[in-house]
Amino acid sequence: MMLTRRALLLGGACALAATAGPPRFLTRAAGAAEARGKILVALFQRGAVDGLSMVVPHADPAYYAARPSIALPRPRRGDTAAAVDLDGFFALHPVLAPLQPLWDARTLAIVPACGSPDVTRSHFDAQDYMESGTPGVKSTPDGWLGRAAGALPAGGSPFRTVALGARLPRVLRGDAGALALTSLERFDVRAAGAPGVSQRGFESLYREGVADLLHGTGRETFEAVKMLKSAGATRLAPANGADYPRGRFGESLRQIAQLIRADVGLRIAFADVEGWDTHVGQGAEQGQLANRLRDFGAALAAFARDLGDRMADVLVLTMSEFGRTVSENGNRGTDHGHATTMMVMGADVRGGRIIGGWPGLAMEQRFEGRDLAVTTDFRTLFHQVATHHLALPAAAPLFPGWTIPPRTLGLFA
Amino acid sequence: MRAAMARRVVAALVLSLLAVGIAGAGTTDAAMPVTDDATILHVLQRVTYGPRPGDVARVQAIGLEAWLERQLDPARVDDSAVEGALRAMPTLTMSIADLQREYPRPDAETRRKLAAGNLDPREMREMYPVEKRPARIVGELQAARMLRAVTSERQLQEIMVDFWFNHFNVFAGKGEVRWYLTAYERDVIRPHALGRFPDLLRATAHHPAMLFYLDNWLSARPGYVVRGGPNQGRRAGLNENYARELLELHTLGVDGGYTQADVTEVARAFTGWTIDRPRQDARYLYRPPLHDYGDKHVLGRVLRAGGERDGEEVLALLIEHPSTARFIAGKLVRRFVADDPPAALVERVAAAHRSSGGDIRTMLRVIFASPEFLSPEVAGGKIKKPSEFVASATRAVGAAVDARGALALARAAAEIGEGYYEASPPTGYPDRAEAWVNPGALLARLNFALSLAEGRVPGVRTDLTTLVREADRRQPDVVLARLLAGLLPGRVSEDTRAVLTAQLALPEITRLTADDRGPANTDVAKLAALVLGAPEFQRR
Repeated sequence: MMLTRRALLLGGACALAATAGPPRFLTRAAGAAEARGKILVALFQRGAVDGLSMVVPHADPAYYAARPSIALPRPRRGDTAAAVDLDGFFALHPVLAPLQPLWDARTLAIVPACGSPDVTRSHFDAQDYMESGTPGVKSTPDGWLGRAAGALPAGGSPFRTVALGARLPRVLRGDAGALALTSLERFDVRAAGAPGVSQRGFESLYREGVADLLHGTGRETFEAVKMLKSAGATRLAPANGADYPRGRFGESLRQIAQLIRADVGLRIAFADVEGWDTHVGQGAEQGQLANRLRDFGAALAAFARDLGDRMADVLVLTMSEFGRTVSENGNRGTDHGHATTMMVMGADVRGGRIIGGWPGLAMEQRFEGRDLAVTTDFRTLFHQVATHHLALPAAAPLFPGWTIPPRTLGLFA
Repeated sequence: MRAAMARRVVAALVLSLLAVGIAGAGTTDAAMPVTDDATILHVLQRVTYGPRPGDVARVQAIGLEAWLERQLDPARVDDSAVEGALRAMPTLTMSIADLQREYPRPDAETRRKLAAGNLDPREMREMYPVEKRPARIVGELQAARMLRAVTSERQLQEIMVDFWFNHFNVFAGKGEVRWYLTAYERDVIRPHALGRFPDLLRATAHHPAMLFYLDNWLSARPGYVVRGGPNQGRRAGLNENYARELLELHTLGVDGGYTQADVTEVARAFTGWTIDRPRQDARYLYRPPLHDYGDKHVLGRVLRAGGERDGEEVLALLIEHPSTARFIAGKLVRRFVADDPPAALVERVAAAHRSSGGDIRTMLRVIFASPEFLSPEVAGGKIKKPSEFVASATRAVGAAVDARGALALARAAAEIGEGYYEASPPTGYPDRAEAWVNPGALLARLNFALSLAEGRVPGVRTDLTTLVREADRRQPDVVLARLLAGLLPGRVSEDTRAVLTAQLALPEITRLTADDRGPANTDVAKLAALVLGAPEFQRR
């Protein structure tokens, strides 16, 4: 398998050598030894997840007072509607119970007050900053995961950096190139007859001509189509009885697992999960947010089960652009806030621990008197996760204009 | 090639600018300026969903200036054909109350069974027939939007409906919005798409679709307690969602010079702007008890307890603000000129915005008459959005589309990443190349090109015979020449021409006869798909 793929890539390189501008993935020194690299899976909860419901600070005295109708019940042994205690202070939302075994196995760490130094409460801006990795600076052309991809050593796969979705997210933009796709099954040229002829025709159209964004994308497309076919990723059914929830997010994780198991050279994967903007009728142990979190937790648990031993190579990082107001609003929901909860899941994580400080929920402890304050700059977390797990140089410039702090968060041994 | 076209464009530009000057001087009998085809093609790429067969000649016949003026005044353009076709979709003319009644949400019993997962599809169809579901409302809207993009004669109007819908985006998937969408597009966006920005802004601010999508209908003064109805006794409070997006996305722009405090004050000003009977006729209503009557400090001005007037005054303040003119101008120039809008043109369009009171036509005229618009640097420089690609391909092959076909085309655009009414964030869909160019989306474009050319899109009849003008299929080079002239007029690169010519040597394309006496029957569909999938066709 490995040989076939190398041969294919080298063949592609020869065919392309005669034309203008090699595609980006070939400039990454195709044909270098492809050690089975570690894989970073980044998941973006778009719309600002209420971190205080995801991981509940049930022992913070201000929590229940601030949320008369949407607080999660205190942990109580045997009560499945109650929050699931982690360490006597924090607890998982009851529907996230499938993640408890990961916490107990010390492969899940939780960063409960993570966020941006920028004060914006605009979804659009905050997502933009979290993806560009430059809070307050709009003009950054690329994204921090795109820069991480650029800092990886040689590796010739067009599947090295993949986003599940129809559009390439800002976080993956960059010179290293990335692939966005909605479905592995449909990632092919589909013609009424002789699809190979059409495929080769299209391929030639994008092989010739100037090396612009469109042509470069075209070249990557056809390498990827061929590679996916030869690796047979789409034939891999979920393993170990893993049962993904229906819906986009479950599908995204199922397909990321297929790419990992098919050894197509994936190093960075990214997927969105939407529906967190709970201004109205957020709910508590049941309701709108509980439904979203149930899917989220079930998909993550299925992903870990599906990968089995391969989880040893994988680290999952969750993020959201900001958190939500500590106090519930007039519509039993929450408005745009500041810090939120992020999770790190993986075999090399020193899990079963809360990472970073807890600022407290009392009025005087809140950011601007209303929101959870940030104790962990998202750049610190992302930088340490990416450089450690992907074995990038410790000084890799993933976050321009920012000084890498000397202290680690203690996420890794 | 590009350079040669560029020179022609510049020459034509001088002529067209002159023509504007002549008309402006009041000369009525000035000789019709002759505009070359390349300029007309460029304008068609930007001002329409792409040229159809014969469009260049049609523009030549009345002159480019006159044609543009007609596009700017769509009431003068006969559009009875598409209006007739739209009559097949009954929801388009219905009121919110009618839609709520005719296409209700599933009743409690059905919902309970659905949630429990013990309802088989047949039972489901009987209890809750597909044609009576609210999904039909969105389906007809999607089909109608695509049908108009492909077949309406009022092309600029359609472009502007798309532009403003994204600017004032609402999302079909949020709560009641699907029942409000039809009225929102028909009564708010469409009538003002080429009108005045202040009218558009005010109409969106009062419409239940926007009030619901950005939650303002629920926003109340802090400490308000609901007095009656099912929520009696509940405390309601301030919701900042609409206020923030109003400043950031609808008017000033994110760098337009406002603070978090402004957002909160604007939210207070709009308290009481709500929806009456949201599940029936859903009318805008100002409810005084919800309103925060304290003074508000917005952008350095004090608003004093005007009740409903507070919100109106905020809108007036934003309409007059120079950041709004610049923000709107920047987005218009991005749509029609380049992803990175030339600053000088943005300033001129912003000035036109200010001097005309936000008259959209006046701003568009400044853009269309500008050297930047016709500059060789920008020709072919915009990547088509998925909906633009799908509509332009369908137009280019001269396909006949019915209501069912229009829905299939809208689905195809969704597959490439742009489903109408399916953008959940208030930003709407982006208008920049990077958002739309990636391998998955490119593959979806190529697959659409194949299904369109091969006649596999249901409800879309593609007759390539007309396109190749009855070319003898035993002469593949003639077939190719006519396809290129029809689908990529004046825009095909030497590389693309060479690749396509090389295809003619393949037996699968030219289907050699069994006795090998030569090419018998060129596979026009396969060739046409390649042309529609070529890099040049992804640009406008």
